[in-house]
Amino acid sequence: MATRTARRLNMHVQGWLLVLPAVVLLAAFTHVPVVETFIGSIFSTPQAGHPAHFIGIQRYGDMAADPIFWQALTNNLLYALITVPVSIGLALAMAIWVSGRIPGRALLRLAFFMPTILPMIAAANIWLFFYTPGYGLLDQVAHLFGFGSTNWLGDTSTALPSLMAVTIWKESGFFMIFFLAALQQVPPDLYEAARIENATRWQVFARITWPLVMPTTLFVAINALINAFRIVDQVIAMTGGGPNNATSLLLFYIYQVAFSFWDTGYAAALSTVLLIVLAVVALGQFFLLDRRIHYR
Amino acid sequence: MTGVAVRSLVKAWGDTRAVDDVSFTVEKGSLAVLLGPSGCGKSTTLRMIAGLEDPTSGTVEIGGRDVAGLTGAARGVAMVFQSYALFPHLSVADNITFGLSVRKTPKPEMRERLDKVAELLGLKPLLARKPGQLSGGQQQRVALGRALIAEAPVCLLDEPLSNLDAKLRQNLRREIRALQQRLGITMIYVTHDQTEAMSMADRVILMRGGRIEQNARPSELYERPASLFAARFVGGSSMNLIHLDNDASGTRAVIAGQDEVAVLPRPGRGLVLGLRPEDIEIAGESGDRPAGHVIGTEADVEEIEYLGADALVTCRLDDHRLTARTRGTAAPSIGARVRIGWRESAMHIFDAESGWRLDPAGGERSRHAPHVNKDTHKERETST
Repeated sequence: MATRTARRLNMHVQGWLLVLPAVVLLAAFTHVPVVETFIGSIFSTPQAGHPAHFIGIQRYGDMAADPIFWQALTNNLLYALITVPVSIGLALAMAIWVSGRIPGRALLRLAFFMPTILPMIAAANIWLFFYTPGYGLLDQVAHLFGFGSTNWLGDTSTALPSLMAVTIWKESGFFMIFFLAALQQVPPDLYEAARIENATRWQVFARITWPLVMPTTLFVAINALINAFRIVDQVIAMTGGGPNNATSLLLFYIYQVAFSFWDTGYAAALSTVLLIVLAVVALGQFFLLDRRIHYR
Repeated sequence: MTGVAVRSLVKAWGDTRAVDDVSFTVEKGSLAVLLGPSGCGKSTTLRMIAGLEDPTSGTVEIGGRDVAGLTGAARGVAMVFQSYALFPHLSVADNITFGLSVRKTPKPEMRERLDKVAELLGLKPLLARKPGQLSGGQQQRVALGRALIAEAPVCLLDEPLSNLDAKLRQNLRREIRALQQRLGITMIYVTHDQTEAMSMADRVILMRGGRIEQNARPSELYERPASLFAARFVGGSSMNLIHLDNDASGTRAVIAGQDEVAVLPRPGRGLVLGLRPEDIEIAGESGDRPAGHVIGTEADVEEIEYLGADALVTCRLDDHRLTARTRGTAAPSIGARVRIGWRESAMHIFDAESGWRLDPAGGERSRHAPHVNKDTHKERETST
């Protein structure tokens, strides 16, 4: 009896020892900071002579009354709502295009994937040139057709869509690779069976391709959504959140609050909200979409 | 009446001709098997009949109509794929009705036809399942159901049973044949398994290297193989092939290296004698010559393969080895000297160089090789 208990204990110890490295890393760099962030958000920011003291959920109340927070949140939701479906759609369309037998498809694939290789800062600078009023690429084209110049990044109505375009441009090529892999997993027999039944191209897409790449779509969608809430470098490089906070996104706002205004407590509260948003997004997607997905 | 007519079909990829001038017709309501080793062009031919592949030249006619430019259902053709090609994300019912729903068949009619097909194939209890939850045999039935529900006049099957085990294959073979006859469908069935071909077909079209080797009823294929290739390919245990030579006088054919037994009353150099194991009889150890047998000789029993009902007895005759099929209980013992014999009519004579069948009596090649299309016929004469 005693030996059995000892053996079982031994097994548990061994098991824990095996997962220990992973647990330590995950805890040290993910879980502990999350908890600390939350704790930081319910204590006052320590300053010289004033140690941190408990203030409860006061900051969350402040947040609800903070118009810039609401603007950043709305911007971010809008950003996700538009860039995610558009880049997925484009990625799938490009993947279907270059998975077919067409001349020069290796070059096309490379061209589509190119934006992904560029660092965000480089991409942002290229697009800054495109958007420059007067002599930027977009305006030069506009001039050809007799339109006036537009201050794409300086106008509150065009600044956010201009940033979205960069994200879509950069991400769809990356997502295309996943769809390309998924499409090549679909047995060609299935398409032939559909051809025998004289299914139209649209029917083939809607009834075969789309359901069969669904797991990839879910994976890509979650990644795209999380990316949409993590964008910060592009905002810093291109607009600095302006004009008039029109391009301020959650993470950028957190960055501003923490490192420009040095209000780390409020930044911690904002981070907590962002984390909750991301968790809800991920959970929602897994549970809602999971049931309608066929895994092979 | 013609179900399917294929005329001078060619499929070339660059310099290689996968299908080289193939012509045949399949009568309405009959089952034709395209038989041959892998790479002989049988599947490519089938795919061209289905419209999945465009022929380089030649035409396909279905029900008397040239169907160039049409595919599958539009040609009046349904198809069962080797891999079944079932949609993994759709239920059995949705898989079967896929074609109907693509063509926007009204719901009530769809349900009625699904009912009928499910009943026919015993798929009723499985309709709600996904293909991944079915056994190989069940998946095969679903694939068959998807082809049958279209009620297309022509059904094409591409090695439909090759992924199943032997027992199941036998059952499904019978089932498919029975369905085909009951529903009066024209079927073209591709296989590399000669048993499947012989047991199911009304006509067997034997292919080799992109050409038709022989197009005949199964019994003709067995009894009068048109070439050495056909002789080797068809039949449960393969045919004995023995080189012949001239005898001392140069007027009669004898088994090469043996001057005793006259096999044919004509010069035999360059000929091959074919004998099926079941046509060779062993007289037993007493030395009696089997009654009524025209040709016989003595040989030593070298090897016995006991199969239960039958036994394959391999005898040595100088440098030649001959396999005879006897009843399992009547097999002689190894090392015994036995008298073997065969009827004159059981002999198949082939030209050793070209491989084509010859008429045993004359020097000319057989004029009555049945149902060989004219082009191949010409080809033969130039090659011999």
